Amino acid sequence: MPELKTDSLFINMGPQHPSTHGVLRLGLTIEGERVVNVFPDVGFLHRGIEKLAESRTYIQTIPLTDRLDYVAGMSNNLAYVLAVEQLLDVEVPRRAEFIRVIAVEMSRLASHLVWLGSFANDLGAMTPLLYCFREREDILDALEILCGARMTFNYIRFGGVARDATPAFVEKTRKFLSTFDKRVDEYEELLTENAIFVNRTKGVGLLTREEAISYAVSGPVLRGSGVKWDLRRDAPYSVYPEMDFVIPTGETGDVFDRYAVRVMEMRQAARIIRQALDGLPEGDFTAKMPRVLKPRKGEAYSRIEAPKGELGFYVMSDGTASPYRVKIRAPSFINLAALPAMSKGALVADMVAVLGSMDIVLGEVDR
Amino acid sequence: MCGGRRDAVAGRDAGGVRLGRRGERTTESNMGLIESLKFIWLFLPNLMPREFYELGVMAVAFLAVVIFITLMVLFMVWFERKVVGHMQVRRGPLHTGGFHGWAQSIADTLKLFLKEDIVPRGVDRPVYILAPLIVFMSTVVAYIVIPFSKSLVARDINMGVLFVFAVSSVTTIGIFMAGWGSNNKYSLLGAMRVAAQIVSYEVPLLLSVLGVFMLAQTLSLSGIVEAQKHVWYVFLQPVGFVIYVIAGIGEVNRLPFDIPEAESELVAGFHTEYSGLRFAFFFLSEYANMFVMSSMATVLFLGGWHGPVLPGFVWFLLKAFSFMFLMVWVRATYPRLRVDQMMAFCWKILLPLAFLNLLVTGLVMAAV
Repeated sequence: MPELKTDSLFINMGPQHPSTHGVLRLGLTIEGERVVNVFPDVGFLHRGIEKLAESRTYIQTIPLTDRLDYVAGMSNNLAYVLAVEQLLDVEVPRRAEFIRVIAVEMSRLASHLVWLGSFANDLGAMTPLLYCFREREDILDALEILCGARMTFNYIRFGGVARDATPAFVEKTRKFLSTFDKRVDEYEELLTENAIFVNRTKGVGLLTREEAISYAVSGPVLRGSGVKWDLRRDAPYSVYPEMDFVIPTGETGDVFDRYAVRVMEMRQAARIIRQALDGLPEGDFTAKMPRVLKPRKGEAYSRIEAPKGELGFYVMSDGTASPYRVKIRAPSFINLAALPAMSKGALVADMVAVLGSMDIVLGEVDR
Repeated sequence: MCGGRRDAVAGRDAGGVRLGRRGERTTESNMGLIESLKFIWLFLPNLMPREFYELGVMAVAFLAVVIFITLMVLFMVWFERKVVGHMQVRRGPLHTGGFHGWAQSIADTLKLFLKEDIVPRGVDRPVYILAPLIVFMSTVVAYIVIPFSKSLVARDINMGVLFVFAVSSVTTIGIFMAGWGSNNKYSLLGAMRVAAQIVSYEVPLLLSVLGVFMLAQTLSLSGIVEAQKHVWYVFLQPVGFVIYVIAGIGEVNRLPFDIPEAESELVAGFHTEYSGLRFAFFFLSEYANMFVMSSMATVLFLGGWHGPVLPGFVWFLLKAFSFMFLMVWVRATYPRLRVDQMMAFCWKILLPLAFLNLLVTGLVMAAV
């Protein structure tokens, strides 16, 4: 009998593929169902946000940041604003800080909900997607009361926030939070307690503690690998030191751990929002700011714990009304570099699970 | 000559697509018309050569089956979208046709009919074109032996169960042809998965049914239903039923076993390159196949047409659609298995369980 010749197959996953979550292209080399090589190809959504910022004033750059991680716009606003505030030397009113924390944590919830739904959908469970979007709808409604926008907020400004938090917003948020924990229990019933889901995620897409650190991944991906690192605690900003919350970590660093970390983070975020609502002080929602902003010459770097990981803004000022240079450290982009390491020996179906568990947003990867 | 005629009459008796239904609808006033139609019907075989008559019966049966499948699939698609919609806190189709979007699936079908027929360059043309037909035909043929009620069955052959399972495995060949002939890597992966899956699921599926044969002592579908007059086999063969449900869902490639067309992995699997009418055939046969599996469950485990008050035909459809509802429910709940897990589950759990079930059934039967 002649010897059978087998060959590996190169397959393009994306940029038009249902589960690359946007315009990511993965070049897969597969042998049967097993993936032997994978490279992520990015750049299809490049809009030159960093360059655009140079030709706009400081405040005109805030709306640009909304378009980075578009499922959690508030975090991007905050990271950029914190960097510029270092150059402006302003004192942010306490009420504004609390509103910022509420807004950012609401954004985190929205981001994690979108992730949970689409991740479950990647694994073939289509119902959680609709459930998660139901909750997200409440969050977006609340944020709409807060700032008039649902996705691209342009809300957090230098020295405070754009508008005050109205009683209607507080009421809406509390109403949402009153059912939220029960809803998360429901999702866990559908997924965490489902044997198929556990089989699909446990032991898949392993990223060891050492690898995670050496790839400089951050956020839930890092914590899933068992590294207790959260900028809200380790490099605190805003009023996070006053908040009481737990930083969940995983053990093995597989897809399931990243999933579990995010679900626990949702509960913690709800906890933070409750504390912030309870402690919301009276006062101004913004500091007095000059009409034309000209930060002092110099440079500043700020970093926050965005839903996807460590989001950093490096802003360089030459003393004029627009920044000289803005560099964005996007967590999704850096996390994506660890994809080949995570998908060693994976099957095609695992690729989808691994990619889904990283929670990348292409608006942020490509900037 | 005379003997030939009697055979023809006997053939008609076995053919069975007649009388029962029409007879039930008879009213006093048009009795005369019905009676004369009956008369013509009875003597039809004597008026023409036997081959013609047989062909005629086959054509009528085929037409009836195709019309039934079309209506059933149209309803089922709408039903599934409604059920899944409500399970997902949505409402499903709501506008087309007025009442709860009842015309949605009709509109969708019309759209598919009117679409341009695209055959991509680079496909293996004959294979590509034949594939949907083979899939569709093999599904339709299975309907010929399904006993909808005591008299409503196109052909009651004495090994109906084997026929259904044999014929519905031919679907695999069609699907594999589609995947292979499409000249698309995703389709090819889907085709590979189909082959692996069907080989795995056919075995426990048939083994789970074997217990029923042993109890009923017959392979005829009508015979099996008759044998369940007093107690349904789902109570005598609970393990067999569970295996049948799992393997049956695997057989029709639906969640959690929709591995061949896993849309989040393989875009659309084997039918990635199909559109319009050709895609409609795949779609139609998926749902038609679902119904075959459901009606087999009804016949083998749920007592077929037996039930109080309502006519047998209604009972049969009720049971079959309940089983379809179960499939829809499962689809709305579970994530998808991975290829290797699916195979492991099948060979390491389902198969031994099916053998054990068979053994226990045999021992109990020997003891009683």
